[in-house]
Amino acid sequence: MTAIDPTAHLTAEQIEELGRELDAIRDEVLADRGEKDAAYIRKVISAQRKLELVSRGVLLFSIFPPAWLIGTAGLSVAKIMDNMEIGHNILHGQWDWMRDPKIHSTTWEWDHVSPADQWKHSHNELHHTYTNVIGKDNDLGYGIMRVDEDQRWHPFHLGQPLWNFINACFFEYGIAAYDLELGKNLHKRRRKNPEFRARARAVGRKIRKQVLKDYVIHPLLSGPSFLTTLAATFTANLVRNLWTHSVIMCGHFPEGVQVFERRSIKGETRGQWYLRQMMGSANISGSKAMHFMTGNLSHQIEHHLFPDLPSNRYAEVAVKVRALFEKYELEYVTGPLPKQVFSAWHKVFRLSLPNKKPKVETPDREQELVAA
Amino acid sequence: MTSAALRSRAWKMLEMVTTPLLPSDYLDLVSPLRAGADLRGRIEAVHPETRDAATIVIRPGRGWRGHTAGQYVRVGVDVDGVRLWRAYSLTSPTHRQDGRVSITVKAIPGGKVSNHLVRRAKPGTLIQLDQATGDFVLPAAKPAKVLYLTAGSGITPVMGMLRDTEFDDVVMVHSAPQPQDVIFRDDLHRLVADKKLRLTELHTDTDGMLDISRLDELVPDWAERETWACGPAGLLDAAEEHWTAHGVRERLHTERFRPSIVAVGDGGEVTFSTTGKTADADGATPLLDVGEEAGVLMPSGCRMGICFGCVTPLKAGAVRDLRTGEITEAEPGVLIQTCVSAAAGPCDIER
Ligand code: FES
Repeated sequence: MTAIDPTAHLTAEQIEELGRELDAIRDEVLADRGEKDAAYIRKVISAQRKLELVSRGVLLFSIFPPAWLIGTAGLSVAKIMDNMEIGHNILHGQWDWMRDPKIHSTTWEWDHVSPADQWKHSHNELHHTYTNVIGKDNDLGYGIMRVDEDQRWHPFHLGQPLWNFINACFFEYGIAAYDLELGKNLHKRRRKNPEFRARARAVGRKIRKQVLKDYVIHPLLSGPSFLTTLAATFTANLVRNLWTHSVIMCGHFPEGVQVFERRSIKGETRGQWYLRQMMGSANISGSKAMHFMTGNLSHQIEHHLFPDLPSNRYAEVAVKVRALFEKYELEYVTGPLPKQVFSAWHKVFRLSLPNKKPKVETPDREQELVAA
Repeated sequence: MTSAALRSRAWKMLEMVTTPLLPSDYLDLVSPLRAGADLRGRIEAVHPETRDAATIVIRPGRGWRGHTAGQYVRVGVDVDGVRLWRAYSLTSPTHRQDGRVSITVKAIPGGKVSNHLVRRAKPGTLIQLDQATGDFVLPAAKPAKVLYLTAGSGITPVMGMLRDTEFDDVVMVHSAPQPQDVIFRDDLHRLVADKKLRLTELHTDTDGMLDISRLDELVPDWAERETWACGPAGLLDAAEEHWTAHGVRERLHTERFRPSIVAVGDGGEVTFSTTGKTADADGATPLLDVGEEAGVLMPSGCRMGICFGCVTPLKAGAVRDLRTGEITEAEPGVLIQTCVSAAAGPCDIER
């Protein structure tokens, strides 16, 4: 939808061929998926649990500054692991094939205020199906930001760097509100909708449990370390929120990522769907540890192509996917974390102001945006 | 407050500490076999019995309620990362001092779990267990005369009986292709040497299949004996006919190992067992569409296999993944994505 379509040079046949080549990559992983992968996720889950236990244990003595530091760092990492490499990926069904009812998308619950089933709907279903389609994919700015020139500017957007920062700090609450489609549902009539109310109650319950655990029970258990434990948990949640927000911003916001019109996905073929995922996502380059801490969402492009492949496979898949980008002369948007975060934030700032050169909108286009 | 109420309150407290996980998720890290945990067992030894059979010695978790000789247990084993459940006869006596139990497994050609257990299982591995079950068991009152009629791996539940309870007068007729295929051969001959068992060993490769009418000659008083028979369907069918014909059917107890036979094909009748609806499906239409077409409320999302919003238990039959062509057969706990699965023969979907 950007002025120049970066896929314009591809013929319809080429796009279908690309789709077949991507299917072949997927099949290769499926054929080879097995014991090692299962052992991997089990190991990660058990490491996360141990780290959390130990960190919480250390925080019982957080009145001593070194204990506070170690415990807070450990808990932050544990929470990041829980949300990213474990929670996000299990909830995607990446590990359902193991048939272990405990590590399954239908039973998993995560350390997050958004209940797993609501998140699965807004993320797996809406975001992954309608990736970067304006008006369909609310991840595009989470409904509070303007992240593409083609979205209409409103004076409200002047404040978006600030909204984005606040959202980053309390990201898990932002996600919960987003999963509830709070903005849309707070209108008088929708508020009463029983289905919405039930979901809102579920979120309320989840928040209550999470807050009680982090800010009441664990501090109380720490006795004299009450306040320091409270501060530690708050810090860990803050760190986790800032981290996940940064990683997620890098997935679709950096410069070079394309957005799409609603009409463009009507009757979309498999190849075209793949192409949209390729052009609508961006990666983060870095070390193994870095990929791990992002839950392998640093391989966002691969994740969007194959959301149900086990995350530990994205690194090897990325090599083949990248070769396809080159073959079909497409831009593989990637870069180190600081660069991608900067790029995303830069866009947030830039688009908080109206477009420099207003484009001539066709009436049709205009309607589309109003509908959005 | 009663101690039970106190305990449940303490548990609630603990749940608040561990939310959104459960206390058991953490306890499982250190003590997976403790009382109160989901029932599991740890493989402690694997003893080869023949070239394609092995006895797996298992330490069951504290929740194990024991078994009766002749019963079987369902075990959940991770094979290539996938948890598969199968039933095997218990071959250990019911009151082993060390609290361990054993199953004896014969590797069947192409059998994922049996081959894994016989050839690849390692001591130390955790497996999932169900409680022992089955009514192929000995009666409370000891019969005076006993006949065990077995063939192949049909010996396994009977071995559990032989090891568990001694009778004064026990005869066994056992068939196997060759001497080296006889599972527990040494144990059986030791019992014979100790005069605890009279054994007729038939080798079907050389002697041919047991002709049931030969029983008169092998065990002349067979009709007076309480009989337990286990083996291939052919043997059991013949036995049931024979015992019925002689009017002593009530003396015969049989156990059939039923390998679930799934007809894999292209399309078939789909039963939606919760709503009781049925529909004919071809091999290319996603079950999600088939269900909706038939007026069944089917959960769905992306309709293209990526959101996992449509996963539904497959109760019976087989389905084909429309993307990969892979066949999934029904087993307890198997869930399928209805939007990318089509009927591969008759199947039953829990909706
Ligand atoms: S409906 Fe999304 S996976 Fe089936």
